[in-house]
Amino acid sequence: MGPMQVPAHFEYERATSVDHALALLAKWGSEARVVAGGHSLIPMMKLRLARPEALVDINDLEELAYVRLDGDVLAVGAMTRHADLLASPLVGEHYPIFHDAERVIADPVVRNRGTVGGSLCQADPSEDLSAAFAAVDAAAVVRGPDGVRRVPVREFHTGPYETVVAPGELLVEVVVPVRPGGGSAYEKVERRVGDWAVAAAGAAVWLAGDTIADAGIGLTAVGAAHFHAPAAEEFLRGSAATDSVLVEAGRIAAERCEPVADQRGPADYKKHLAGELTVRALRRAVARARGVA
Amino acid sequence: MQITVTVNGDEHTADVEPRLLLVHFLRDKLGLTGTHWGCDTSNCGVCVVWLDGTPVKSCTVLAVMADGHTVRTVEGLADGAALDPVQEGFVRCHGLQCGFCTPGMMMTARWLLDHNPDPSEDEIREAISGQSCRCTGYENIVRSVRWAASRGTEVSAS
Amino acid sequence: MTTVEQPPIGFGRMHRKEDARFVRGRGTYVDDVNLPGMLHGAVLRSPFAHARIVSIDTAAAQAHPRVKAVITGQTLDGLKLAWMPTLSQDTQAVLATDKVRFQGQEVAFVVAEDRYAARDALELIDVEYEPLPAVVDARRALDPGAPVIRDDKDGQTDNHIFDWGAGDEAATDAVFASAEVVVAQDVLYPRVHPAPLETCGAVADFDAVTGKLTMWCNTQAPHAHRTVYALVAGLPEHKIRVISPDVGGGFGNKVPIYPGYVCAVVGSIVTGKPVKWMEDRSENLMSTGFARDFHMRGEVAATRDGKIRALRVKVIADHGAFNGTAQPTKFPAGFFHVFTGSYDMEAAHCAVTGVYTNKAPGGVAYACSFRITEAAYLVERMVDVLAYELEMDPAELRMKNLLRPEQFPYPSPTGWEYDSGDYPRALQLALDMAGYAELRAEQAARPPGGPLMGIGISFFTEAVGAGPRKHMDILGLGMADGAELRVHPTGKAVLRISVQSQGQGHETTYAQIVAEELGIPPDDVEVVHGDTDQTPFGLGTYGSRSTPVSGAATAVVARKVRERARQVASAMLEVDPGDLEWEKGRWYVRGDQSQGRTIQEIALASHSSLELPEGVEGHLDATTVYNPPNLTFPFGAYVCVVDVDPGTGQVKVRRFVAVDDCGVRINPMIVEGQVHGGLADGIGMALMELIAFDEDGNCLGASFMDYLLPTAMECPSWELGETVTPSPHHPIGAKGVGESATVGSPAAVVNAVLDALKPYGVRHADMPLTPAHVWRAIQGRPIRTDLAIT
Repeated sequence: MGPMQVPAHFEYERATSVDHALALLAKWGSEARVVAGGHSLIPMMKLRLARPEALVDINDLEELAYVRLDGDVLAVGAMTRHADLLASPLVGEHYPIFHDAERVIADPVVRNRGTVGGSLCQADPSEDLSAAFAAVDAAAVVRGPDGVRRVPVREFHTGPYETVVAPGELLVEVVVPVRPGGGSAYEKVERRVGDWAVAAAGAAVWLAGDTIADAGIGLTAVGAAHFHAPAAEEFLRGSAATDSVLVEAGRIAAERCEPVADQRGPADYKKHLAGELTVRALRRAVARARGVA
Repeated sequence: MQITVTVNGDEHTADVEPRLLLVHFLRDKLGLTGTHWGCDTSNCGVCVVWLDGTPVKSCTVLAVMADGHTVRTVEGLADGAALDPVQEGFVRCHGLQCGFCTPGMMMTARWLLDHNPDPSEDEIREAISGQSCRCTGYENIVRSVRWAASRGTEVSAS
Repeated sequence: MTTVEQPPIGFGRMHRKEDARFVRGRGTYVDDVNLPGMLHGAVLRSPFAHARIVSIDTAAAQAHPRVKAVITGQTLDGLKLAWMPTLSQDTQAVLATDKVRFQGQEVAFVVAEDRYAARDALELIDVEYEPLPAVVDARRALDPGAPVIRDDKDGQTDNHIFDWGAGDEAATDAVFASAEVVVAQDVLYPRVHPAPLETCGAVADFDAVTGKLTMWCNTQAPHAHRTVYALVAGLPEHKIRVISPDVGGGFGNKVPIYPGYVCAVVGSIVTGKPVKWMEDRSENLMSTGFARDFHMRGEVAATRDGKIRALRVKVIADHGAFNGTAQPTKFPAGFFHVFTGSYDMEAAHCAVTGVYTNKAPGGVAYACSFRITEAAYLVERMVDVLAYELEMDPAELRMKNLLRPEQFPYPSPTGWEYDSGDYPRALQLALDMAGYAELRAEQAARPPGGPLMGIGISFFTEAVGAGPRKHMDILGLGMADGAELRVHPTGKAVLRISVQSQGQGHETTYAQIVAEELGIPPDDVEVVHGDTDQTPFGLGTYGSRSTPVSGAATAVVARKVRERARQVASAMLEVDPGDLEWEKGRWYVRGDQSQGRTIQEIALASHSSLELPEGVEGHLDATTVYNPPNLTFPFGAYVCVVDVDPGTGQVKVRRFVAVDDCGVRINPMIVEGQVHGGLADGIGMALMELIAFDEDGNCLGASFMDYLLPTAMECPSWELGETVTPSPHHPIGAKGVGESATVGSPAAVVNAVLDALKPYGVRHADMPLTPAHVWRAIQGRPIRTDLAIT
């Protein structure tokens, strides 16, 4: 029977720089796991569902803990703690979707430790930031022995708990272009504060007058490929920002989800939420784009 | 491996397995049993301590990750015989019953007050929302933190 | 601590004496006990709900360099310890020998040098299982052809445990036959778990030289444990010492004896070293005493204008794989037969059938007052269902049917005698505090289709303080409790009691009882508890019994001391004892208040060379055993206000008003704290807490990621009120209160949610009312919450 409470044996390595981390990852190959906040990995190691031979601790990499504006790009370092993303006025100004999401990720103490990069790399289907970054069409910056590559977040996840980050590579940054006329929001239903999402939706819109110039929708825990709702986005582009249009976008988004039932809820409910929360997130995003919320 | 951790101002050096959880290091190696263990999954928060000045759930931190860092536990709250206002608030407002969640609650409360000296009831509730209590229904925990906050004001005003 | 307020000499608000250690992190919980040479145990558990054990290979674990012993059912069989008796006259496997019967059942026990190595070694044990079909749905457990779980028991050919009933069936049926209105409702009280934040654990230390077993264990019933160990293991009872140190919450979870405790004892005997065993959280949730799991069908007979005439209930009780409930022997369904609640009616009857399933054993726990939670929930749901059908206001319907003050002492249709109460007063106070009329007006003004609000009421009557020994025992041990009070020469006192605190503040409240009776400061009274070598026998703390039983014992023993003091004072003052009058802390000569002696002066004299009258022994010490003449019947009226988002099914508890009447309050601060905690339990059970099982018997609530506890964010700021109706038979007029709010609050929350859903034609939905379930109820397709969501 599974419950072990304590991890199996492993070797511990502490990285002192990104280069050092990459060297350590190269040394241990596919048997190594990177540990940042550890709030997903360490519980899995206690259950011995994860048994790395080595842990590479990147908590000392202060160089990866930042939220800054690089020109017209919002750059978030992979080691940015959830609490720091939530506290960042820069994020609040340009992408309030992340403040919405961070407010409902785990709890304040876990947010002190958990990191943006860790959440993305854990790739839990119920994880919130993946959908939020998918909604705003962010890109992940991955460093490896052969240099840096940039992967759209909408292509970052290859399946539940799986990402494009290969052994020997390290997610170092997530970047989001800042464009004028935008508004964004995140809506989540959870069984209780701090719980994983039953379902959640993130939306970003860019208005040109009363027309939706561009839109992004991310979906959490509802069986949306890559946490993403491209058909609903396509429908929104060029449409008038009216409530009936937003409702139709929600319907389209829900239609293409394939949620699975679990103790958080049956599939029909999650499908309903995919639509309902998409509409609510869109409404708030539009209101924010118009500067009325 | 050998690690050195500063706990409540004292430096401790010990040989530990890399897999040793910080909560077990504090309890079993240092005998600081005021920090409790409750759930394995970083949900209940009875294991909250400060790591480099920030509350963390010590059941989900490895002791080796604290090597070279500083930790503060409930045993480091009082200044000798003088209780921290948070501790005093918990006594005066009946903020504890079985006492098991209390150390973690107080560590979070102290941190909250250090960053927000006059928190609202809602802010207090949010701050402790990652920590469970089965006895108090949270009411008197909130009051205890409010008591500590108002006492802090009185102290600084006097 | 800079406590400026003077504590009361007796009853009243005072800060807790025990807090000084807790706020410094200096409590001593069982996992804080570390003995020289101590080893650590860990339990290997079954991954299957039902399977035959083909073989167990422990060789690799035995070979682990840090492992000291590996114990299996076979080992225990040789010691005649493979099976142990439960608190309900059944048997339970300590370590499985033939089959495993629930997921998480104990299969092997490893003793190693540290807790990490012990758990490593579990992985090295190879068990071959032959899976069997599992009985998961309690309602199908008695189907012909259902797999027989307890084939270990001679003559057991099905999964039936007991049939039990109370009330007058014929009279009840007759009322139903002539009733104007009959409504019926299936009501599930799903399986939940007390989940104290400290899991169960023990340190067993057997000293082969002295033959003495010392057992540190976070039990709520140390004396009962000692006696059971003596009976089971054959150890002489005077060679067993059970110490229950500070306990991190109990709620009934820590009453039974669990296999891990027995394994720790055996481990200590085998290795000659102390052995610590602490559950992890999954083990706690999967294997130890759960609560409820009552599948009820209620029927109420009434007049068209809303007078309740009779109540009829049928129950399937899921007791899991072993019948291990902790409750008085004569009551296999606990005190469920208090289900007529707070209402006057002509007749009532209940029939309860207990069944085995492939789930963890238990059922009586989580502040349930021996199944009164289920009873109170059922009747309060039925009253709302009746109100729904009659289109009556639920507050008005309750007022119409509540027992009247002049009916007390009230003999109930199912055999109870309620001691005292003024129910309409409590309900009216709760309605006034809530602003009931204004809330209904707000609700009526809501436009259709938008956000919903609901107002829920519950009224409960508890029956606590088990109990009169001629009716109540556990394993033949009568439920009376002892107390000993010693007064030292300087007038400081030591009270020794049988009950054990898990957070209730006994060290303070019991000192206050002595203070009230003797007039000495509570700080001058040391309360000793939780150590069988230091305290008199008694059954422990659960079922809200401490104040009704041990509180009474404490008052009685203090009065004995006071009477001894009168004799000594009479010698000191050279007057007849009959000429002395008592005022708090002092005997004085009737008619001359200046002529008197304080209790401290008397204490010193009682130890001195003073010549005492014939027959007076000296010293003031006294002992007693309190056998309660009846239970106490606290009650309360609760009003809950919720907001519901029909688009998502999310429920927010906006307000919660609780009026409790527990008779005389020893320390109102502590009473209020206990009520707060119970109200949070109600939010938890009504909205999120659940142990469900999938079709294979896998436990779906086995961690705090799945078993959700309410946080500070789901709990409103509680609004408390009180009325005081003393118990006429309790020495200080007090009633138990520890479980009142847990018993009373779930119905208020559920009734509020269903009140909100009324526009959608929803009459009932089972707990927990998660967002998914609320939404499905609105769609007319409620979820069966005890099974996996598919």
